[in-house]
Amino acid sequence: MIADMLTVILILAGLVFFAAGTAGLLRFPDVYSRLHALTKADNVGLGLVVLGLMLQASGPADILKLLLIWVLVLAAGTTAAHLVAQRTWTHGEFESDR
Amino acid sequence: MTLFCLAAALFLLGTILLGLLRVLWGPGSGDRMLAAQLFGTTGVTILLLLSAGLGEPALVDVALVFALLAVVAAVAFVRQHGLPEPEGTPIHQQSRREDRDDR
Repeated sequence: MIADMLTVILILAGLVFFAAGTAGLLRFPDVYSRLHALTKADNVGLGLVVLGLMLQASGPADILKLLLIWVLVLAAGTTAAHLVAQRTWTHGEFESDR
Repeated sequence: MTLFCLAAALFLLGTILLGLLRVLWGPGSGDRMLAAQLFGTTGVTILLLLSAGLGEPALVDVALVFALLAVVAAVAFVRQHGLPEPEGTPIHQQSRREDRDDR
C-alpha cells in the first residue's frame, strides 16, 4: 500500500517535469535554451517515473532493466543534445538559407 | 494502479502533441529535431507506463529499443546529406572537393 502511494507520488512528480520540459520547448527563445529545458527536465521526469515503476517491479531483473533504460536514455539524450547544439553552432548560416 | 498508469500515459501523449507545435513553428531544422528528441524520451516513458498499466512486460523491451533508436535519429540528422561539413573533418574530404567541382 505504501509502495503504491510512493509510486503514484513519484510518477506524478515525473509528469510535472515532463510538462515543464514541453513548456520550455514551446516558450524558450532559441535552440540552446530549448535543448537545455527539454533534455534536463525530460530526463529527470523519466528518472522519477522509472523510480516509481521500480517499486512495482516483480524482481531484481526487472529493476535492473528499468535502470538500464534510464541510463541509456540519459546517454542518448546527452549525445543528441550535444550534436544538435554543435550543428546549430557551426551551420547557423546554413539554417537561414532554407 | 492500471487506471492511473494509463492516465499518466495519456497525459504524456498530450505533451507530445503540444511538442508537435514546435515542429510546426520551427524556425530552424534544429528546433524541429528537438521535437524528435522529445518523442524519444516521452515515448520511452509512455511505453514503460503502458507496460506497468497493462501488465505487458514485453513493452519494457520495446522501450529499450526506442531508447537506442532515438539517438540514431539525432546522429542521422546531424550528418544529413547536403550539409556542409565543418572545417577539419577528417573523412570524406576528397569527395567533398569533387562535389564542389561539379557545381
